[in-house]
Amino acid sequence: MVPSSAYLALSAALFTLGAVGVLVRRSALIIFMSVELMLNSVNLAFVTFARMHRSIEGQVVVFFVLVVAAVEVVVGLALIVDIFRSRESVDIDDVDLLRG
Amino acid sequence: MDDVVIRVGWPLMLVWPLLGWLANGLLGGRLPRTASGVIASASAGASFATALLVASAYRAVAAADAAVSLPIPLFDWLGAGRLTVEASLLVDPLALVMALVVGGVGFLIHVYSIGYMADDPHPSRYFAYLNLFVFAMLLLVSAGNLLLLFVGWELVGLCSYLLIGYWFDRPAAAAAGRKAFVVNRIGDAAFLLGVFLLFVTLGTLDILEIREGVATLSKEERLLAALLLFAGATGKSAQLPLHIWLPDAMEGPTPVSALIHAATMVTAGVFMIARLDRLYLAAPEALMVVATVGALTAFFAATVALRQHDLKRVLAYSTISQLGYMFVGMGVAAPSAGIFHLVTHAFFKALLFLAAGSVMHAMHGVIDMRRLGGLARPLRQTAGGFTIGALALAGVPPFAGFFSKDLILEHAFAFGIRTGNYLPYALGLVTAAVTAVYITRAVLLTFSGPPAEPGAHPHEAPPVMRWPMAALAILSVAGGLLGASVAGAPLLRFLDGLLGVVESGPEAAPHPPAGLLRWLSVAAALAGVLVGWRAHRGRREPVLGRVGVFLEQRWYIDALYDRAIVGPGHTLARWLAGPFDLGVIDGAVNLVGRGLGALGGQARRLQTGYARQYALGVLIGTVLILGYWMLRW
Repeated sequence: MVPSSAYLALSAALFTLGAVGVLVRRSALIIFMSVELMLNSVNLAFVTFARMHRSIEGQVVVFFVLVVAAVEVVVGLALIVDIFRSRESVDIDDVDLLRG
Repeated sequence: MDDVVIRVGWPLMLVWPLLGWLANGLLGGRLPRTASGVIASASAGASFATALLVASAYRAVAAADAAVSLPIPLFDWLGAGRLTVEASLLVDPLALVMALVVGGVGFLIHVYSIGYMADDPHPSRYFAYLNLFVFAMLLLVSAGNLLLLFVGWELVGLCSYLLIGYWFDRPAAAAAGRKAFVVNRIGDAAFLLGVFLLFVTLGTLDILEIREGVATLSKEERLLAALLLFAGATGKSAQLPLHIWLPDAMEGPTPVSALIHAATMVTAGVFMIARLDRLYLAAPEALMVVATVGALTAFFAATVALRQHDLKRVLAYSTISQLGYMFVGMGVAAPSAGIFHLVTHAFFKALLFLAAGSVMHAMHGVIDMRRLGGLARPLRQTAGGFTIGALALAGVPPFAGFFSKDLILEHAFAFGIRTGNYLPYALGLVTAAVTAVYITRAVLLTFSGPPAEPGAHPHEAPPVMRWPMAALAILSVAGGLLGASVAGAPLLRFLDGLLGVVESGPEAAPHPPAGLLRWLSVAAALAGVLVGWRAHRGRREPVLGRVGVFLEQRWYIDALYDRAIVGPGHTLARWLAGPFDLGVIDGAVNLVGRGLGALGGQARRLQTGYARQYALGVLIGTVLILGYWMLRW
């Protein structure tokens, strides 16, 4: 059986990848995918902990995260499509109306 | 039956002028112009009639015991902790005498005002104030506790402000009203402190309970309370050093002056001291202060009146001087003599003012005596009335003023024997002579000789103005009988049972030689009239040099106040409005504003608009928080 530490390590690696993706990429779509990556790395961690502690709760939370992520995809993609329509670009750094 | 009349009539007396005030104040604009004066006069007259009814009922009830005090509780007014105040009225001889004077003289002045204010565009406002004034004074004299008395006390101050400044579009009138209000407020502050002191020490504001409780106070408490209350009286009754508002009060319509001087305002201080006579009699030092201030004021104001050119101003200083006499009466422990003088003074001073108003009416507002003269012929009745008032004021027997002034002087002499302080008597006697001089001067300058401005065509006042003057003239002639021993002194006997009289004990000082004293005051009055006649016959003004200037400048007291108080006050106000307000207050506000603006300018630089930067911030924040939690375990 694969040890739990390996799953946790994978989860951490995925999370880091996602976080770095959010910070360094400029395309809104890529950032969006990176966020999904972070969410799912967290899901992996939840499931791993649920197995370690023999508790169902971790798995339950994963379902909630999945649902929320689905909703977020809907809203987020709608926003991105709208931004693309008005600006012909999805470069996140161009969207700076709130700059002080 | 009599009891019911008293219990219903006494509050009803207050209701009439209140109704008149409401009617004129709320509906005044819609009533026909002539109706205002009729309504106001009718309510004042109804008030006087009610007071008369109550007085006769009281005589029937109190026949056995000469001075029964009947409290009339109305309702619980306020309660807070130890303090419970009942709105209650009080019926006793003092209150009845005052109510009759206020109602009677007030009624006559109301009637006179109908004629005097006939040309005024908005008489309803004037008559509404007039009725409120009478209501306030009646409330003051009929109040059963000090708080209710204080309400009346403040209301007469308010009404004087409203009426002195009645022609508010004239800057002088507005300023005079303001001055009266502010100066009164100084005295009122002291008065309120005195009321507080009585409440703290006695735990009650009820006048009857205070009369009983005075004996339990310590010597210092009695003295302090008496002096604080007297300070209030100097403001309301225009005594030194707070007399300065009364001469300026001339800016109001003349009937208002008559009302203020005779019935509804300046007598409040004298009345208050008579009301609390037990307190004052138990504080001999306070009595000494009252007598001294009264005597000094009487003398000071009489000398100033010698050299004023404005007829109404002469009368104003004369009022201050006569009020000084009343305070001498209070101070020498003869409150009933003081009240007697208050009553006669109300008659003849109201008469003098109404006659002066008639002169103004005839001369189209001219009141400077240098521009008058020769009015005896065209204004025969006015001149007659004024002369009767002048004789009463001068204390020529058998006019009313003689009896009351003489009685006060007798008591002042007895006071001198008791205490060795003859100052009140001496000043009083000198003042009697000076009084005769200045009022003779006023009569001669106004009515005798050739007219100063022959072009004017003066006309006698209409009957509605002459009739009240005639009534007051009769009272000025016969009013002395109220206290003359020939007539049995009904007023004094009525009051003496209530008002404390210092009995000097059986072995005490010899009785003052009343006959001699009486001759002395008659001599003083006649000498004054003679001197005035000699000096001013043919409308002459003898040159008095520096003394004349000193008197004309009113002993430089107004100038002193201007320099010492008003001037620095203005300077301070200007500094506060200018440098202080703009620099310090506004400066502080602006500094805070600018500081926050600068802070915001720095903070906006955090808002770069780069979403990835925010994300980095969120990440770092999360790491820091998680790190904190992990390291804490």
